[in-house]
Amino acid sequence: MNAPQEAVASLRMTYREACKQALRQALLADSRVFLMGEDIGRYGGCYAVTKGLMEEFGEARVRDTPLSESAFVGAGVGAAMAGTRPIVEIMTVNFSLLALDQILNNAVTIPYMSGGQFAIPLIIRMATGGGRRVAAQHSHSLEGWYAHIPGLRVLTPATIEDARFMLIGALADPNPTLIFEHVMLYNMEGELSSDINAVDIDHAKVLRAGTDVSLITYGGSLFKTFEAAARLSKEGIEAEVVDLRTLRPLDTKTILASVARTRRCVIIDEGWRSGSISAEIGMRIAEQAFFELDAPLRRVCGREVPMPYAPHLEDACLPQPETIVAVARELVRPT
Amino acid sequence: MTHKVHLDHAHLRHLLKAMIRIRHFEAKCVELYQAQKILGFLHLYDGEEAVSVGVMEALTPSDAVVATYREHGQALARGVDPGCLVAEMLGKLNGCCRGRGGSMHFFHRAHRFYGGNAIVGGGLPLALGVALADKMLERAAVTACFFGEGAVDEGEFHETLNLAKLWQLPMLFVCENNLYSMGTAVERAEAETDFVHKASSYKIAGDKVDGMDVVAVESAARNAVDKIRATSEPYFLECRTYRLRAHSMFDAQLYRSKEEVEAWRKKGPIIRFQTWLEENRLIKAEEVSEIDKEVDAEIAAAVAFAEAGTLEPISEIERFVTMEEIPA
Repeated sequence: MNAPQEAVASLRMTYREACKQALRQALLADSRVFLMGEDIGRYGGCYAVTKGLMEEFGEARVRDTPLSESAFVGAGVGAAMAGTRPIVEIMTVNFSLLALDQILNNAVTIPYMSGGQFAIPLIIRMATGGGRRVAAQHSHSLEGWYAHIPGLRVLTPATIEDARFMLIGALADPNPTLIFEHVMLYNMEGELSSDINAVDIDHAKVLRAGTDVSLITYGGSLFKTFEAAARLSKEGIEAEVVDLRTLRPLDTKTILASVARTRRCVIIDEGWRSGSISAEIGMRIAEQAFFELDAPLRRVCGREVPMPYAPHLEDACLPQPETIVAVARELVRPT
Repeated sequence: MTHKVHLDHAHLRHLLKAMIRIRHFEAKCVELYQAQKILGFLHLYDGEEAVSVGVMEALTPSDAVVATYREHGQALARGVDPGCLVAEMLGKLNGCCRGRGGSMHFFHRAHRFYGGNAIVGGGLPLALGVALADKMLERAAVTACFFGEGAVDEGEFHETLNLAKLWQLPMLFVCENNLYSMGTAVERAEAETDFVHKASSYKIAGDKVDGMDVVAVESAARNAVDKIRATSEPYFLECRTYRLRAHSMFDAQLYRSKEEVEAWRKKGPIIRFQTWLEENRLIKAEEVSEIDKEVDAEIAAAVAFAEAGTLEPISEIERFVTMEEIPA
């Protein structure tokens, strides 16, 4: 049925609200879905994403846990094996390390080790990234590091649309999925078009077309990259912005197609540079599109230090629009 | 309140046979290992057979089992076909996991056998989740979680016991206390070696049982499972046992004396049960040889099945890294 041409209604909401609506939709749609995590129920979630859900769905389906990351993530693995659809929240990426055994040694290995007898349709959401002045145990970006692991799907929603619908896509995937929500995005507001009710979770997306340089990024760096692209445009440089959206499996095709158009590429990644997802992307371009390039590959990454507390130091650690502009400009107009 | 085990002849014979099956199965494993057909790690259950045989008697097919890397006994006692287990250790496609897991990672969906976990303590949270799912899906099932006393050292043990009680999950925690975590004696690793006492600090009821006595284990397990089914609360069962062989095939056993092992061998679960049966004229010597023959025939058939198996083509090496769908 073709809808008559009329202005499509849109809804203004925060990224946080989009995440919450996704969870609510998941709980409404399937009685096997339940949430589990620290302070997600009575407290309402440490980033208030799950606020009100316990009141609506009850304590059994919005399950507060003690501070036992390994046990409740492992419980998610077992519960997924035994027929439910757990969605686990880990407060922040650094805490996920307490559950790394369950993620890597169980969630990832069991489908393979069991010869395909068991799937682990487990979703783990966590906050990631810097910018909130909470220092070196709450601010890192380990999503690229998780993307090293075969068997995981790694999602990094940056837009309101992806925050709202990537979870629904993840629920349709029978594999363990990590969703990284950047802490600086929760308060971001945006429009959600009412004619969208799903997004694909397999592909990167060109969010700004350009001809001179590809800026490849994801998550919290996306909006800094948009800002950089706007500034570059004023200088007559048209940057193409690619939102990776999914770090594993990585959509190499979209990356290569963009680089083939612009012949220059900067990868912007809040994670540490060495052994990072940006390194992986750069190498794939080098392997598969070397002769398309008119300039060396460049990166703007997080500084290789534990995140410092002091604001001027933290800001200096994170990719910033001016750095992105400077690096892109140098590529397009070498001095 | 103790649960009386119904000691008719058929049942006694069944218990003895189940233990002998494990013992002979593993003797064959050693042969296959020495012939370099089984590779990697091989952790034998010799001396501990009464634990899994006794506990499994208390479970029904709808219950779930989570085991460790020393799980040959649990898998066999649970009723998993020995053929697919040998094939698994031979790395064959007709193995229970297509040869992907080997000795330490037996899984069997139809038997609700959730592995085969080789990270000490790693199976406990997983078992918690299985029990949680059963409860949420309103399936009346008990999850039996086997682990060694070494797992008590791990944080996951404490996290899991706490949550099992807090969430009132029908779980049977079976601590197979064989006195050594690899080469470290329990009193060198644990400040408090009374594990039932530890469980009680999470308000979980528990019991200690002589894990070398199959009837005592069965009775204690039935007792425990009755309580779990009646209350939907977890229960902790410590089975005191002893590993008569090396930790794995690479262990010089410098941490214990030959005399200690010999003393335990004399009170091994099979010799003890068999002697008791014979002394009380509950079984005849020729019946035991009959059991030996039956079991050896089963094992020969299992080995033949495994040897006849093919290898998974390397072209399928990436299959199941990600799943296409959730198996029904």
